[in-house]
Amino acid sequence: MDTFSQLMQGFAIALTPINLLWCLVGVAVGTAIGVLPGLGPALTIALLLPITTKVDPTAAFILFAGIYYGAMYGGSTTSILLNTPGESANIVTSLEGNKMARKGRAGAALATAAIGSFVAGTIGTIGITFMAEPVVKLALKFGPAEYFSLMMLCFITVAAVLGNSAIRGLTALFVGMFLGMIGVDNQSGQLRFTFGVTELYDGINVIVVAVGLFAIGETLWLATRPKEQQEEVLEVKDSIMMNREDWRRSWKPWLRGSLIGFPIGAMPAGGAEIPTFLSYSLEKKLSEKPEEFGHGAIEGVAGPEAANNASAAGVLVPMLALGLPTSATAAVMLSAFQSYGINPGPQLLSTNGALVWGLIASLYIGNAMLLVLNLPLVGLWVKMLKIPAPHLYGGILIFATIGTYGISRSVVDLMLLYAVGVMGFFMRRFDFPTAPVIIGMILGPLAEMNFRQAMTISQGDPMIFIQKPLSLFLLVLAALALLGPALWGLTKRWRGVTGEA
Amino acid sequence: MLGVFMIGFAVVVAYATAAIPQSTYAKIGPAVVPWAITAGLFVLGILLTLEGLRGGWWHDEATQLDWRGILWLGAGLLSNLVLIDGVEFGGKQLVPAFGFILSSTLLFACTARAFGSPNFLRDGAIGFTLALVAYVGFDRVLGYQIGSGLVERFI
Repeated sequence: MDTFSQLMQGFAIALTPINLLWCLVGVAVGTAIGVLPGLGPALTIALLLPITTKVDPTAAFILFAGIYYGAMYGGSTTSILLNTPGESANIVTSLEGNKMARKGRAGAALATAAIGSFVAGTIGTIGITFMAEPVVKLALKFGPAEYFSLMMLCFITVAAVLGNSAIRGLTALFVGMFLGMIGVDNQSGQLRFTFGVTELYDGINVIVVAVGLFAIGETLWLATRPKEQQEEVLEVKDSIMMNREDWRRSWKPWLRGSLIGFPIGAMPAGGAEIPTFLSYSLEKKLSEKPEEFGHGAIEGVAGPEAANNASAAGVLVPMLALGLPTSATAAVMLSAFQSYGINPGPQLLSTNGALVWGLIASLYIGNAMLLVLNLPLVGLWVKMLKIPAPHLYGGILIFATIGTYGISRSVVDLMLLYAVGVMGFFMRRFDFPTAPVIIGMILGPLAEMNFRQAMTISQGDPMIFIQKPLSLFLLVLAALALLGPALWGLTKRWRGVTGEA
Repeated sequence: MLGVFMIGFAVVVAYATAAIPQSTYAKIGPAVVPWAITAGLFVLGILLTLEGLRGGWWHDEATQLDWRGILWLGAGLLSNLVLIDGVEFGGKQLVPAFGFILSSTLLFACTARAFGSPNFLRDGAIGFTLALVAYVGFDRVLGYQIGSGLVERFI
């Protein structure tokens, strides 16, 4: 069957009333949490993980994907109107978007962000549609050794290359891997890191860690900050429309942003922040009016917004085709697959084709719904921005309690949640990234499994990772990514010294 | 300022050392990766310490901790732990199980106070409503098991 007819079958699944409803709920919830500062898609999906025991996988993933896409749309509203980015991927948007809003052009900024997100989301989804099968074909050639090396590359890029300190990123990653090791070892039945606590035998639930880091840790951190006056929400004075000039200046940045965002998202490095920065500086260079940048240039909203949505779509490619999550949200989604007993990876497309194609089709539909939700109905979301912080964070903690206590009725889990929250607080205070913790926790045990399988195949000879050409290539890439910046700095310094001499 | 550094080191180093003895009893198979993690944490702890000694450790030193906020939030979280399921000790029920709704109401009010909301009682009322709605939504509609308590009995 070719891609097109499979996609049509996907639409047949996604267009059933119940799945349309899930999609609508997903994109609405996603937009809401994207708008609210302090709530992100990773946290929300983690809180909703328990529904995986109630609904069928297709519905759950349509819901999760809707939240994921929706958060990207909603985040831009916050960064334009409040100057506090709703999501880290929207930081760049606030640079120009907020300036536009201050000049009374909030409507145009919101419009270019929403339409750009739609264009990029659609291009990204088309990208998923046509890349899924080739990537799977490639991945089918992978053995445990290649997988292990690929995961090493993913670890290094996520922890060391993204973010501002390799040491801190790696520390976060290792802490996550440590958390992932807790419990019974799958292959030998040995208990690891349980400290004699019975409740830890099953391992720590990813919900506890995600909610602890993103909800409790974040709330603690904000509670300890001096209370500033809440920043005022800018009014949308003009209509949510773009004039001819705006269209002319927006469409190219949309396309360029999509083309930057999708490949970067699809690489095993992932992350939505880097493409937004790249797109911003590119638009600044190409703009006819570079002097407007910093004072509300529409290109500076259109490009980065497209880039972050396209990269969000790109992240789903390695997630679905390789089982490799490259963002915290993707990692939480991967654990949702695991709780269904489904292993994302090359086999997913053949064993659960209906699920994957239904999911992809729902992404097209969700994107269209989001365009409607975010243009005519944007006033609704603006009202949500006016929820006062004390009540917002009080509410977040209530939902955090439900998400953990509500699945296990265990006070131990609640204690763990708070402990992870305190850790998240210190990480936040000392500028450690938190996403590598989640990725390490989910991907660490998978990497270990592949490592041990490869070692079993080679009868304990670690050379297997170097003898296989693809594996060697990936390891060399990982080493370069880790040591490259440091080596480059050294050679530059060395050259500088000899130059002086 | 230096004290803040030290807390950071202590956390990292303690983490690394605390992890070491845990894996010694295990056999070679399951212990290999934990050992690698231990080694990695240890090396990273040293690197972090060096970085801190060189003064390269960026942190938000300008911000003063808001202790009142921490205390209110801490009190809220702690009360939630104690009240939600009650405390049993030596066969005696020291604290009755107030249940999710009441303990969350208190948590909400304390959190709001930590973020500088002046009206404790009004926040309590909002928190109660929200907890009630959340309980009905998650426990009754979505089928989570949030358990019973003083208020839950009557719904």
